[in-house]
Amino acid sequence: MTALPKLIFELSRDGKVGCGLHEADVPAEAVIAAADRRVDIADFPQVSEVEIVRHYMALARLNYSVDAGFYPLGSCTMKYNPKINEKLAAADELQAHPYTPHDLVQGNLEIMAQLEEWLVSLTGLAGFTLNPAAGAHGEFTGMLIIRKYLQEKGDARKVVLIPDSAHGTNPASAHFAGYEIREIPSNVQGIIGIEELRAHLKPDVAALMMTNPNTLGIFESNINAIADALHANGSLLYMDGANLNALLGIVRPGDLGVDVMHLNLHKTFATPHGGGGPGSGPVGVAAHLLPFLPLPRVKKNKDRYEVVYDDPRSIGRVKNFYGQFLVMVRALAYLLALGRENIRRVAEDAVLNANYIRKKLEGVLDLPYPAPSLHEVVFSDKDLPVKTLDIAKRLLDYGLHPFTIYFPLIVHGAMMIEPTETESKETLDEFINVMNTIIREARENPELLRQAPVQTPVRRLDETLAARKPVLKWRRGENI
Amino acid sequence: MRYLPLTDPEREEMKKTIGITDVKDLFSCLPSGKCYPSLNKFPAALSEPQLVSTFKEWGRKNSFSDHLSFLGAGAYAHFIPEVVSYLSSRGEFLTPYTPYQPEVSQGSLQAIFEYQTMMTMLTGLDVANASLYDGGTAAAEAVLLAVRKSGRHRVLLAANLHPEYMAIIRTYVQNLPIELLTVAVDEKSGRVDGKDLGTKLDDTTAAFVFQSPNFLGVVEDSRAIAAAAHERQAFAVQVVSEAMSLAYLVPPADCGVDLVVGEAQSFGLPLGFGGPYLGFLTAREEFLRQLPGRLVGQTVDLDGKRGYVLTLSTREQHIKREKATSNICTNQAWCAMRAGMYLAVMGKTGLARAAKTCHLNAAYFAAAAARLKQIKVVYPENFYNEVLIEVKNGHAADFLEALKKKGILAGVPLTWFDPAWQNRLLLAFSELHDRKAIDRLLAAMGECA
Amino acid sequence: MAQENLLFSKDHEWLKVEGDMVVVGVTDYAQHELGDVVYVDLPAVGKELKKGDPVANIESVKAVSDVYAPVSGKITEVNQNLNSTPELINQEPFAGGWIFKISMTQASELQELMDGKKYEEYLKGISGE
Repeated sequence: MTALPKLIFELSRDGKVGCGLHEADVPAEAVIAAADRRVDIADFPQVSEVEIVRHYMALARLNYSVDAGFYPLGSCTMKYNPKINEKLAAADELQAHPYTPHDLVQGNLEIMAQLEEWLVSLTGLAGFTLNPAAGAHGEFTGMLIIRKYLQEKGDARKVVLIPDSAHGTNPASAHFAGYEIREIPSNVQGIIGIEELRAHLKPDVAALMMTNPNTLGIFESNINAIADALHANGSLLYMDGANLNALLGIVRPGDLGVDVMHLNLHKTFATPHGGGGPGSGPVGVAAHLLPFLPLPRVKKNKDRYEVVYDDPRSIGRVKNFYGQFLVMVRALAYLLALGRENIRRVAEDAVLNANYIRKKLEGVLDLPYPAPSLHEVVFSDKDLPVKTLDIAKRLLDYGLHPFTIYFPLIVHGAMMIEPTETESKETLDEFINVMNTIIREARENPELLRQAPVQTPVRRLDETLAARKPVLKWRRGENI
Repeated sequence: MRYLPLTDPEREEMKKTIGITDVKDLFSCLPSGKCYPSLNKFPAALSEPQLVSTFKEWGRKNSFSDHLSFLGAGAYAHFIPEVVSYLSSRGEFLTPYTPYQPEVSQGSLQAIFEYQTMMTMLTGLDVANASLYDGGTAAAEAVLLAVRKSGRHRVLLAANLHPEYMAIIRTYVQNLPIELLTVAVDEKSGRVDGKDLGTKLDDTTAAFVFQSPNFLGVVEDSRAIAAAAHERQAFAVQVVSEAMSLAYLVPPADCGVDLVVGEAQSFGLPLGFGGPYLGFLTAREEFLRQLPGRLVGQTVDLDGKRGYVLTLSTREQHIKREKATSNICTNQAWCAMRAGMYLAVMGKTGLARAAKTCHLNAAYFAAAAARLKQIKVVYPENFYNEVLIEVKNGHAADFLEALKKKGILAGVPLTWFDPAWQNRLLLAFSELHDRKAIDRLLAAMGECA
Repeated sequence: MAQENLLFSKDHEWLKVEGDMVVVGVTDYAQHELGDVVYVDLPAVGKELKKGDPVANIESVKAVSDVYAPVSGKITEVNQNLNSTPELINQEPFAGGWIFKISMTQASELQELMDGKKYEEYLKGISGE
């Protein structure tokens, strides 16, 4: 096993140079006094370009990625990131400064308008904001829209209902929008029951945040009745669109009574996850909520594109400039490449793949909820002689990235598996074979799993130490 | 279709295994009346060459590339070494997920640990997080952090903060029990009015949030500001929209600032029409457990090898849910890695050289502009890379338009942000400009009445 | 095994009564459920609380747990050792891992708590689920 890479600071030597930038050529003196300037940046790296390339290539070799293999994280939709989209997003002709006068960037404004049009058509909602930077940012934006709408009606309410299977960002976003959270338990089928909803639906409820399909991969089949009950109560239905990959071209949330939803361009729309971001979380609304969308918004005026900056009813600005523009470029390119012929295929293959895995593994793993799975399936570690964590770590030894573990919280030792549509049958069969092998190992030789992983560059890092004695940066003279 | 690897025979085989005849059976749990909307209004699929030409067409509808640009005001054109683009485009950095399985994510984790380290070196503070969305939302998170940490509910904002940052802060606190108050700007100096600050600071103040260099391009007296805030046990929060300034000016920590947050797009990220950019947050040690966003920490593995993990996760939404320090989940991780690569490549001497050139270019312009009749440099004594000018005898809009016709984008008109600023333009200078470019700007300005 | 002479709450806190003061910690069951403790957020000395108020919280790598005031009163002392050595809660939950002391304002509230035997039965009930 090769040695782990040093830190860039450990490679640094006085006199080494990494960049090729010339000196200023203007005859000018500094206006800022010497006392207000820094002397230098102590300990900042001095490494040659050659060594920098090798340093990052060594780091790259330590990373698993979608480009390397199967990445079945549930609700993350780790689908293939098309390479042509990288080239399109890097084109010089698109790299305008965000304050470039609008007449000089009609192409960019049209790109945003086109993406909005696609999202409107795919979801059946009336309009979208492309400003939010990620799903959670979109949730926060959506909650602010709901709040302002109700305030304007003179019906400000304090509570948002959130199911116990919800992703943590849901209650966090609602909280920062000023709401109190009331949790609804999922029923025995794993979904929100209509009677349970009615029991929680008091006059102080502003909205229900629903993920559909939910984090169990199960369709919230009571959605029509739920939407009706909410609307009758003067409440709104927010949909977390993280799992839209199961529904693309099959059903439109706007047709199901959804008032506000966010999408994740970095999930359903194939933009790269980048190790944790950047994402993009457009928010769509039904017609009655359009005036509250954040600013700025792109508007078409005859054959020109304009930008709206002022609207007294808007919730305000949530993001600098327009949003994650280069992420939008990738998402639009992805949609244009799919076209009407393939949109539906995405959801069909995604759901087919997930159900194939479910069928093959439901004999060896406990399936806590028998309801039909859509694009992801959740197993539990019940009746296994090892923990879910041990199975996940052993998968690493077989060169595969584990599924999501210990989420949703309502399943003991949850294993959330989302293959996506961009995986071949060969890959699925390989995963199924490896899982069968590991489960057999679990029964015959559980120590193999508890010691796993053994093939990776590092093994079972001490997260307790990291939290007890946080070391969050390199310091000269401190070495492990 | 190249992104859909399943073949029809394979689909048949899989359907048989599952026990269905039609893929539609898998969607029988959906409400039948609402399924399978018409897809006719969507365009037909584009082949790869067609995709390229479609985007080229959009590129042709953009006509900014020929212009010499001095646009700034929160986004800056800087030299990006080719090596940065090359390394950051590797699929190993671009296509993984958040590093929840650290054993196979040491590349991302170490790269972000290095980024965190370099941001603390630049600001002088103790800890940096692994990114926020952008400068504006970073400023908003800093406001929330200061309120959380202090237990106080009033926050003072300098009137010369970037107007977008101000707007975002207001959006973020609109439904929270936080009171915002603006501190006036001294017209003569372009800086925060110390007297007004002193009057407004009191024992209910959680923090004073100021920007330096501020939106007018002026460098604030951070030492005096921090001292004033601390006298009332309030936090001094500095917002930075031009991160390059950190490589030139005295580190904020040396001035007593408690939190330094802002926009790090200048560190290797393309202008990209506004995004994705990079919000950064650095803080004193005492804020550690209240920090928003992800943190990468160092540890050891079973065999005693050094390694990195996401840590102090109990602050975050996936554990604390509505009690989390922020709702942020997906952040700007790749942008942070890229910024780390940029900072490593530029290095100690390269970054200092770039940062100095930005200032010298601005200084050259300001000195020469003093000789132009048409304009006045508003704050000639004190700026970093942005120079605020006032157009005499007319409206800045016409002046700008005339320059635009000469192929020059001569800065951002402040009237966009406040109609009261009718005649002011903010010009940004970077190491990409040279004497020839600035002389061209000056000559063109001389010709425009 | 529950300790003798201690009282217990449903939230898995133990109390040792010393006159009109109680020493409070969390039980072995609680520390086991939490996993390795990495940080304890201690209350301020002098803080006044009602029974049931959240007083402190204990963080492990993957979870945070609130500790509630089992009786009403005022915090008189906190275990500063937990700042440098939070793992005391795992290693000695009933001894060195004590968390805070309260001077009681309503000693009658002690009657609402469980004794060792009742707590053991309570634990059996939980693990039986």
